[in-house]
Amino acid sequence: MGSISFQSVDKVFGGSVKALDDINLEIADKEFVAIVGPSGCGKTTCLRMVAGFEAASSGTVSVNGRPVTSPGPDRAVVFQQFALFPWKTVRENIDLGLRNKNLAIGERSELIAGALKLMNLESHADAFPHQLSGGMQQRVAIARAYVLDPEVLLMDEPFGALDAQTRVVMQEELVRISRRNPRTVLFITHAVEEAVYLADRVAIMTRRPGRIKEVLDIKAVREREAWDKYPKIEDVMDLESFVHLRTHIWKSLREEKGFKDV
Amino acid sequence: MNDRPLSFAETFFLGLAGLVGFIGLWTFLSVSGIVPRQFLPNPLDVATRFIQLLSAPFAGATLPMHLASSFERYAYGVLLAAFVGVPLGLLMGWFRLLDDIVTPIFDGLRFIAPIAWVPFAALWFGTGIGGPVMIIFAGAFPPCLINAYRGARFVEPRLIEAGRMLGTPNSRMILEVLLPAAVPSIIAGLRVSAGLGWQSLVGAELIVAAAGVGFMMVQAQGSVQTQTVMVGMIAIGLVGMLIDVLLRQGEAWLRRRRGLEA
Ligand SMILES: Nc1ncnc2c1ncn2[C@@H]1O[C@H](COP(=O)(O)OP(=O)(O)OP(=O)(O)O)[C@@H](O)[C@H]1O
Ligand SMILES: [Mg+2]
Repeated sequence: MGSISFQSVDKVFGGSVKALDDINLEIADKEFVAIVGPSGCGKTTCLRMVAGFEAASSGTVSVNGRPVTSPGPDRAVVFQQFALFPWKTVRENIDLGLRNKNLAIGERSELIAGALKLMNLESHADAFPHQLSGGMQQRVAIARAYVLDPEVLLMDEPFGALDAQTRVVMQEELVRISRRNPRTVLFITHAVEEAVYLADRVAIMTRRPGRIKEVLDIKAVREREAWDKYPKIEDVMDLESFVHLRTHIWKSLREEKGFKDV
Repeated sequence: MNDRPLSFAETFFLGLAGLVGFIGLWTFLSVSGIVPRQFLPNPLDVATRFIQLLSAPFAGATLPMHLASSFERYAYGVLLAAFVGVPLGLLMGWFRLLDDIVTPIFDGLRFIAPIAWVPFAALWFGTGIGGPVMIIFAGAFPPCLINAYRGARFVEPRLIEAGRMLGTPNSRMILEVLLPAAVPSIIAGLRVSAGLGWQSLVGAELIVAAAGVGFMMVQAQGSVQTQTVMVGMIAIGLVGMLIDVLLRQGEAWLRRRRGLEA
């Protein structure tokens, strides 16, 4: 179970900077929702409130109907800036969450091996983060979150640091994983195509103070047009139904001054 | 740091020039009679006395024996400071409540010079090993605590968030996140502590009744043997320098190792 609910959520920083204005969003269990919006509109803030790092100034953020009070491994986070422990190897970074769950060593090594394989990191298990490229570090951060098998996965621009090729591989991989083992995902991105390709729904935010401007149902289109029968992202991206959604989101974002990443 | 790093030879000769100038001035002042001999012994007398004291006992022991008993007290005092100060600093860096309780007391106490503790140190812990060790402890403790505390408080907030999101319990958070992050700061603190502890030595040995460089100097002063006092000062200076050089080497070695590892 992993539903997320934002009810009339406002966030004000330092008494005067209004970052979020009346956010309402219901994310069902096992639903994949992407948030897009101009830089500084409050996407990361939304995610941090679900994670339990930040409290709403007013309104309620709940997971499974219970208001969020503190962070916990039921809501794994992939941070925008990796946040790997520099003094731990790749394996140790992934292991920490498992040790905290008091799993037996045998089970842990199995899970770690699986996560390393999934993220194609097997040959770097004993490297330290500073010995890896940005893209590899990001994959470690994803592996560290995935291995916990959390009810809710919170991903803040997880592919932001990847080169275009790796990014595509990761996107296809994420689709494969989330079809096979669906879970609730809140996914933040600047890349419109990525949002449309991955998500069941896409929420578009206005510039600061961030509000939810529009929520698009992608899943209905995906199922109707049978996107999943195309194994490659570029084939999906050529479909008229895909292009239509993408263009719609672009236009919507264009109206928000300050969106400079498209 | 500054404009151009000086070569080793340049640094060496500048240092040598300073030393020669200093001894030259000292010789001139004492030999010319500008400063009466009983106030300022001349360098040659001091050197002779130094060599004598290497084998001939004064106040019950030779200079190396005095140094050895000083060093023993010193080592106990500094180790005690490290074993109490570093863990307490880390705990204060993690538990706000402890920080709020300890900081006001500590901020008051740390401005009391170690030598001011002499009467109470003697009263509480005696003039055997206890009293002197407490005075050295008083000198060495503050930097241990402050640096461990700062190191723990200024850990990258993302890493603490990552730890919390992985469900890390407090003890593991302190040992595996705060401690490794604080290591550079702790090492720097230990080096300062080692210096201050050695500086507190003479004060500590004002109250010892058996042996030690400070004890030797107090005895010599009683019988107006200024050369012997001077020998004690020089021995303290030399050993202090030696300790600092060794610890710098150790610190540099640790940093290099961490550079590779973390
Ligand atoms: N701790 C904070 N204190 C003060 N202001 C903050 C804080 N965190 C965020 N803000 C402000 O709130 C706004 C939203 O920040 P947030 O990081 O959520 O934006 P974002 O949508 O994730 O941006 P980006 O796409 O650049 O990552 C920004 O204007 C930011 O300056
Ligand atoms: Mg952000």
